[in-house]
Amino acid sequence: MKIKILLGVSTVLMLVALYMVFIFAPETESGVVQRIFYFHIPLAWIAFLAFFVVFVASIMYLWKRDIKWDAFASSSAEVGLVFTTLFLLTGSIWAKPEWGVWWTWDSRLTSSLILWLIYIAYFIIRSYISEEGQRARFSSVIGIIGFIDVPIVVITIFLWRTAHPRIEAMDPRVTATLMVSIATFTALYFLLFALRLAMKQDEDKLNRLKAFLRR
Amino acid sequence: MDNLGYLFAAFAVIWAGLFTYILVLTQKQRQLRRDIDWLKETLKKSE
Repeated sequence: MKIKILLGVSTVLMLVALYMVFIFAPETESGVVQRIFYFHIPLAWIAFLAFFVVFVASIMYLWKRDIKWDAFASSSAEVGLVFTTLFLLTGSIWAKPEWGVWWTWDSRLTSSLILWLIYIAYFIIRSYISEEGQRARFSSVIGIIGFIDVPIVVITIFLWRTAHPRIEAMDPRVTATLMVSIATFTALYFLLFALRLAMKQDEDKLNRLKAFLRR
Repeated sequence: MDNLGYLFAAFAVIWAGLFTYILVLTQKQRQLRRDIDWLKETLKKSE
């Protein structure tokens, strides 16, 4: 039921967002490629939200030692990793016409790449540990320490000289489009997270039953 | 590639990425169903 509601909300919002991005929002000085930002920025913010959920769920696991928190953390980390991959790729596609290069070792870009690598490591470690409790413990520690990079990514543009644009005074139509796009990707995140979490909980139950039957 | 091409590429990447992820989830769901069927069979045999 919840999933159906989230699917409906995400679909309606996505249609509204597409209309606003391509028709409603005015063209800025950067030209047509600036429209990439209506999806690039929400992808980045939702990736940060996903990793914040990982951070909180990891703390809860270490505190309560309840495996459901590990399911929360790993499901959110997976969706966050997908969103991080997409914001890195869309940023790179935007950079080529704007900066003339696909990639540069700018502080914002480098810290974002490190964030992606941290959560790749999170899943590599999970795949190497078969014992449930140990896997949850190790990945919780990475989930907590890894989150430190999120505020670093956010503040890099204020700490170091960077080519990455800052969000400054915007046309109200640009702001409205960006807000709708953020709402769309938030709904999409909750939809994917709910789907993955339901699946993860079933996987865990099945694995426990399988282990019981093999005894 | 002109600027419209870059815009197209960015949106293609987003949709391709999301659809690939949903496809992976669907395959995992299928594997889960197969495991449930296996479990049911095993339980039937043990009864």
